Amino acid sequence: MTEETLHDPQIPLPDNLLGRIAVTSIDRIYNWGRRNSVWPMMFGLACCAIEMICTQASRFDKSRFGMEIMRPSPRQSDLLIIAGTVTKKMTPTIVRLYDQMAEPKYVIAMGACASGGGPFREGYNVVPGIDQVLPVDVYIPGCPPTPQALLNGLMELQKVISSQSWRTSPWYRRGPREIPVPQLGPDLVVEPRPQNFPKTKERGT
Amino acid sequence: MFGLGILKGLGITLRHFVESYWEDLRGWGRRYFTPEGIARRRSRDTRGIFTIQYPEEKLPVPEAFRVIPFLVYADEADGTRKLRCTACGICARVCPPQCIWIVRASDSATGKPVAHPAEFAVDIDRCMNCGYCAEYCPFDAIRMDREYELASRNRSGHVYNLEKLLKPAAYHAAIHPAAFAREEAERAQRQARRTGDA
Amino acid sequence: MNLGERFPQGVVRDERPGYSGWIVDSSLLPNVAQTLRREEGFDYLSSVTGVDYLPEDLFETVYHVYRTGGGPGEIIKVRTPRGRPVLPSLTSIYPGAEFQEREIWDLFGIQFDGHPDLRRILLWEGFSGHPLRKDWREPMYEEETKPFGARWPEGRRNGPPDRAFTRPADALAPGGWEADDDRALYAALENEAGGRPEALQTEFLMVNLGPQHPSTHGVFRVAALLDGETVVNLKPVMGYLHRCHEKIGERNTFPGNIPFTDRLDYLTSLSNNFGYVLAVETLMGIRPPERAEYLRVILAELTRIVSHLWSIGFLLNDLGAFFTPALYAIEERELVVDIFEAVTGSRMMCNFFRFGGLARDIDAGTVEAIRALVEERLPGKVDQLDAYLTGNEIVQARCAGVGILPREKALAYSAAGPVLRASGVPYDVRKAEPYSVYDRFEWDVACRGGCDVYDRYLVRMDEIRQSIRIIRQALRALPAGPVQTGKPQFQPRVPPGEAYGRVEGPKGELGFYVVSTGRPNPWRYHVRAPSFINLTGMAEMCRGGKVADVVAVLGSIDIILGETDR
Repeated sequence: MTEETLHDPQIPLPDNLLGRIAVTSIDRIYNWGRRNSVWPMMFGLACCAIEMICTQASRFDKSRFGMEIMRPSPRQSDLLIIAGTVTKKMTPTIVRLYDQMAEPKYVIAMGACASGGGPFREGYNVVPGIDQVLPVDVYIPGCPPTPQALLNGLMELQKVISSQSWRTSPWYRRGPREIPVPQLGPDLVVEPRPQNFPKTKERGT
Repeated sequence: MFGLGILKGLGITLRHFVESYWEDLRGWGRRYFTPEGIARRRSRDTRGIFTIQYPEEKLPVPEAFRVIPFLVYADEADGTRKLRCTACGICARVCPPQCIWIVRASDSATGKPVAHPAEFAVDIDRCMNCGYCAEYCPFDAIRMDREYELASRNRSGHVYNLEKLLKPAAYHAAIHPAAFAREEAERAQRQARRTGDA
Repeated sequence: MNLGERFPQGVVRDERPGYSGWIVDSSLLPNVAQTLRREEGFDYLSSVTGVDYLPEDLFETVYHVYRTGGGPGEIIKVRTPRGRPVLPSLTSIYPGAEFQEREIWDLFGIQFDGHPDLRRILLWEGFSGHPLRKDWREPMYEEETKPFGARWPEGRRNGPPDRAFTRPADALAPGGWEADDDRALYAALENEAGGRPEALQTEFLMVNLGPQHPSTHGVFRVAALLDGETVVNLKPVMGYLHRCHEKIGERNTFPGNIPFTDRLDYLTSLSNNFGYVLAVETLMGIRPPERAEYLRVILAELTRIVSHLWSIGFLLNDLGAFFTPALYAIEERELVVDIFEAVTGSRMMCNFFRFGGLARDIDAGTVEAIRALVEERLPGKVDQLDAYLTGNEIVQARCAGVGILPREKALAYSAAGPVLRASGVPYDVRKAEPYSVYDRFEWDVACRGGCDVYDRYLVRMDEIRQSIRIIRQALRALPAGPVQTGKPQFQPRVPPGEAYGRVEGPKGELGFYVVSTGRPNPWRYHVRAPSFINLTGMAEMCRGGKVADVVAVLGSIDIILGETDR
């Protein structure tokens, strides 16, 4: 629902052509298309998943943002919404799902638990924040964030996408893009991420 | 007849479909982007399209709505901010996930503790928005904010410090009118009792 | 009944102040259980849980049994030394103990002799230690109980390192252990099915559903052994949302647990509040004022309506009627949730009940809104739901005769709520042992005898109507007055003792077992989660059916993972 038009306002056009012709850059049209067709994965962890479903339902209707369909398969989705508490037992699965998603892919940490463990942070089976294992693009505080707060986060994600450029985007480049899957042993053992793995901030901006 | 149940179900779906257009026509120009339109869509008579067109229109939140706590201060006549908080620590002790950290200030000359926080931190990545801190605060100093549009790209600012937590009493009065009036009445009553005793 | 006379050697009354029930010698436990079940008619094992009495150096296992006919229950306790904790399993007498004993093994490390499949259930094989033991410390350990000293008056942010995983002290170095690859799970599945088939037959196929699957209602996993499309054996695998609720609850102060109960079954926060508050109020010996009792009933029944609407919507979702029924149901839910938000301040995590009353009073406008909703909107909408779903031939074909759980099996597996009542047992805690003011209203227990998915759906539909009936009566009789006894206290004094508070939650009997030692924190805090225990009978419902029906069965049990895994 961004107000931004396809036409690049920096390029002057005669008034009578405005609204009929769009002159734009590749980046602009590339991001415009990606921004308005983000498909989230149908993946709920805990309480926040209920609010995520409510966001998908008729009152808040995420499809107004081009996020029509929640895909149950990671192969067909662009966005992983971590909606709930990340437990150690679940972490290997989450990382595997993330690795299976096709690039470009984004992660939203929805709620206090996904951002930093939340009220359950002290628990022995709780990972204090999904950013321990995955690069996160947008954090949404709240316990749980209301559907409107989630929509606000999704709009923030659209801004993240708008700020990227195909020239610098890491997914067209060689290099390690896969995150090693943690293992369950006496406790959760996270293998160190490859040194040159891009952090959230560096991702194609 | 076999299949009647399915037809009946389809009929109800069709009615919902037609109703959405009918309601739009009936409420032409008033149905969307007006407060009365939102009120109607969340009333018990709502029919047709149920969607709130966030971000152009937002669901009004009730007075009791709670997200992150904030600290109330009053503007003094000389332009300084007077915190209501006395650093008594009840909020930090009652907080179920223990997300509040308070450092009590001490007198620089004597080193004795004074009723004033030197630091106050709330980790909103732990906060469960339960509202206990506001409920049990004996000085009406901590209240629950209603700001929910907090999405950000990194969480380095997710530990709110004193500066970020402070909000004027006028803001509290604006978002919690009924509670504010009740608190003020109680405060006046206490004041009157105190002067009566003296 | 006097168990002490019946078994003079080995059964004594629990004489500790604040406690009740019988302390049974562990060798006599099967005999006592047999007597209770066969001769005394205590046919329903509600809850099994362990308590770690570290100062006395013993584990106590507590069994709560009830009669489905109604009336008070019996509590039996068995002790075992902490050094070598072994107890006889009760799974042959009460099969409903199966998952609960596995949970006790997982979290306390008590072995159950004769248990058919004693594996870890919430954590994974190879996890180091048994976390609910009082001397077990987690990586993020700060202090034994809250409030933590580091918060005030000198708020040193000196907790554990902020952004790092730490391992338990006794964990082996990486490389010294083998990762959990579910071998034990698969072996158990095959053993119970009688091993692999002989030659000249089809191979069995192992299929995993979840933990990421759109119809498992969260992070739940089913490991199924299939012969073609037919389910030979099946085991639920859970713990993917195990948030250490009980360990955190034993660290919290008594009021601090109320907002945590919201996050158990996150669709029904108010009835979770209800159960916990009842347990602690029993300990404290207080009762809320009349108005608070009525408001509690109204809010809890609204919660039931919301939960059943959601569950019906998503059962249809699982059956393939993708999202239309769920959308219509969520629309009604949103209207109720608006009321929750206006009353309590939050759409889902209401945190509204307090010991001895409610957090705040409800204003007249909101009462009017509730009345309008239950008088004018919800009955019509429920009829509409009924009209387009109940008679639908596809719904009937997918549901009727699927997932059969016969009456005796349902009782034996300690099923609760709509699952039990759809199997012909009219057992509802609100009638069997009325709490709050439920005995003042006129309503019927929804009960059907079909034992299948379709009847579970119909029971939910009936219950919505009964809830509307209760709310109408409660609104009419709503008295004026205060909503809180005494002053609200942030550290109430809870006398030592034990209490088991149970309510009929939307998913079934929700119980809270709380042990207090007189300190501000509970010594033991256990949740008898209906979603968890209802899963005990899931394999029974699915065996012999098609794999596609597993999803329908799961939808009809209506689990919420926050409660299943806690």
